[in-house]
Amino acid sequence: MSPRPGTKTPPRTPARVVAPPPPLELDPKVVRRARTLARRLGEPVVEMTRNRTTVSVERATLRLAGLAGADHERVPWVNHLVDAVRDQVGLEHGVTTPVWDALRREEAPDLLTLAQKASAGAVSFRIPDRRRELTAARRAARAAVRPGLRRIDRQRATRERLITRLGDPPQRPWVYLIVATGDIHEDIPQAQSAARAGADVIAVIRSTGQSLLDYVPEGATREGFAGTYATQENFRLMREALDEVSKELGRYVRLTNYASGLCMPEIATLAGLERLDMMLNDSMYGILFRDINPVRTFVDQRFSRQIHARAGIIINTGEDNYLTTADAVEAAHTVTVSQLMNEYFGTEAGLADWQLGLGHAFEIDPDLPDSFRMELAHALLARQLFPDAPLKWMPPTKHMTGDVFRGHLLDGFFNLAGVMTGQSILLVGMMTEAVVTPWLSDRDLALQNVRYVLGAAGGLTEDFRPPPDGFIQTRARQVLSEAVDLLETITRDRGAKGSGSIPLLEAIGDGTFGLMKRPADRGKGLDGVVVRADDYDNPAITMLEEGSR
Amino acid sequence: MSQPTVVRPYGDTTGDGMVQVSFTLPVPHDKRAEGAALQLAGKMGLAPALLVHARAVGPAHTFFIVYGSVSHLVDLAQVQVVERDHPLLTPKEVNAAIRERLRRPLVVVGACIGTDAHTVGIDAILNIKGFAGEKGLEYYSEVRVVNLGAQVLVPELVERAREEQADAVLVSQVVTQRDAHISNTTQMAAAFREAYPAGQVPLLVVGGPRFEEGSAGQLGVDRIFGRGTTPGEVASYLVHALVENGRSSA
Repeated sequence: MSPRPGTKTPPRTPARVVAPPPPLELDPKVVRRARTLARRLGEPVVEMTRNRTTVSVERATLRLAGLAGADHERVPWVNHLVDAVRDQVGLEHGVTTPVWDALRREEAPDLLTLAQKASAGAVSFRIPDRRRELTAARRAARAAVRPGLRRIDRQRATRERLITRLGDPPQRPWVYLIVATGDIHEDIPQAQSAARAGADVIAVIRSTGQSLLDYVPEGATREGFAGTYATQENFRLMREALDEVSKELGRYVRLTNYASGLCMPEIATLAGLERLDMMLNDSMYGILFRDINPVRTFVDQRFSRQIHARAGIIINTGEDNYLTTADAVEAAHTVTVSQLMNEYFGTEAGLADWQLGLGHAFEIDPDLPDSFRMELAHALLARQLFPDAPLKWMPPTKHMTGDVFRGHLLDGFFNLAGVMTGQSILLVGMMTEAVVTPWLSDRDLALQNVRYVLGAAGGLTEDFRPPPDGFIQTRARQVLSEAVDLLETITRDRGAKGSGSIPLLEAIGDGTFGLMKRPADRGKGLDGVVVRADDYDNPAITMLEEGSR
Repeated sequence: MSQPTVVRPYGDTTGDGMVQVSFTLPVPHDKRAEGAALQLAGKMGLAPALLVHARAVGPAHTFFIVYGSVSHLVDLAQVQVVERDHPLLTPKEVNAAIRERLRRPLVVVGACIGTDAHTVGIDAILNIKGFAGEKGLEYYSEVRVVNLGAQVLVPELVERAREEQADAVLVSQVVTQRDAHISNTTQMAAAFREAYPAGQVPLLVVGGPRFEEGSAGQLGVDRIFGRGTTPGEVASYLVHALVENGRSSA
């Protein structure tokens, strides 16, 4: 393996021979209890999502059938078609049955023309009442959606082939860098130069507010607020550029974007179609931090995770966000609870352990005594609870100030905690966090910081053994037991209300997480949720759940 | 001994004028690049300048750290400071002020009005996620936020403000055509004045990158915030205007 550009001599001990992270002596009974409680909380939520669909799930299904593009006002055709069907026959049967029934009745020669005509009110939809017609429409829908899933399968195979040919990063953690200019054509050279400078994963931050748009913008975009719009074309352009630089560097550079907000299922679908490699996808982030309706979020999330599972995409969850609002010591256990919930929901949707990039962050106030020791305890706890998950380790933000020198030191300690505890994906911290968007030199200094720590201490996991009943082991056990207590409180108090109650939704409504109260009957996107009828049909969900090709 | 009014930067000796700067030039790293860095340092007033570090950042850029004695003098007598007319408060102080003085939650209704669908501004101020490392007003335990979102009609905004007994109404205008942000704002202000008895209109605050900060009176609102305003600045202003000055009618 050739050394990274900018490294004159490769480290003597390659960082890839990293010993497993040091063990914590956790009581296996407590760990089992935590998972049992997470499942008990999650099951009623999954049950609820099985009985519902959303406008975005239906639009994602149409995207799998190849419907793309937008009208002259940039309203996507999938939005027009779903709205037209909803107006005439409702969405409770699924969008595909009335759409492919209309195509069979030759209301239009193809799907795109049908969407265009429907947007002008020139198509009449129905739910066929004859058994034979119904079956024929469903069969046609299934045949139309299948090529989309096949394309996702082919992209997954392409990724696997490229990784075999080019190789994975030579070290763990993978180095994760962010670009965000707002202009895809500026992002591309920045992403390529970040990869050349050592980034293994490139994340393109989205434009502020995209998560609240109930449609996916179209085409290559050159304007965004503090980020670049996630569009299918932007995904394609960036993946193509990274393929180019991957070949040049001899390692596969991964691409990350955000499947969150109101269009989670569609963004996940586009990511699968365009071979993105990781997606931010948290079970509760949109509810708590974007005030998106909880029911909408959980329904959208399940579909998006089924797609991610199929596409071989690694999800990144957003536990770091809890610690930017709540105190990182007092609320440490809420991170563990959220990781357990993300694990339950992710696994239920078909994600394998290697796809669960559970998050956590280095956000303890550096002025607290023993802050670094607590960081190590929290990071080791996550590592040990989820041994096969590619944990994502997030840098300090809350306690970064304009003192860039202190910030650089703090980032160094963050990097050290990451390598000492065997974290899998390391989001590179910038000393100018909270000052400016990173300059070229900030990124270079940050990568030097990471390289120094990886080279100097990458093998430290071998020597680092927190003593039994020492500070770190005790703190880790305390956080785990607080997490179990919280799970028990939610299950017991809310569960007491009898059957039909969904304790997790009630807890979210009461402000248990991140201090935000988000009742299930409020929040953005609620009007896009539809209770399924008995004859609901969605060929994408059926094929995703069957695992059929 | 009186304080000298003329000072120079302090490295390790009074009057040595030492400063440290770092910057990147878009040139490959070679002797010429280092000469270019020293030239810039000279033009910045560093004499003598000492180039202590130069490093290539990719093939076309070089990063420099320069130390040097700056020839400029600072005259303290000529320093002018524009003071904010109210203190910038932390969330804790905002909550405490509301709790102690108002003795009930402060109600804020927010919206994007007109055709503007860009909730970036209002969300940055209201959503807990916040902006520039500060949490939005939702994070403040003593502030009750009602965020109506985008494309809200003025009558609807007035109606909700009355229903919620709003102390303050926050309106954001980010992307508008042909100065629509001006007419939208004056219309909104007029509608509130019509709907409420005199002196009981909630505090009207607008924000957006295209407003001039000094034009509040002209537009009929109480305050205008420009680009880059943080939630903490808005919260501090609300406390100043509603709690300290006792403007609140309820």
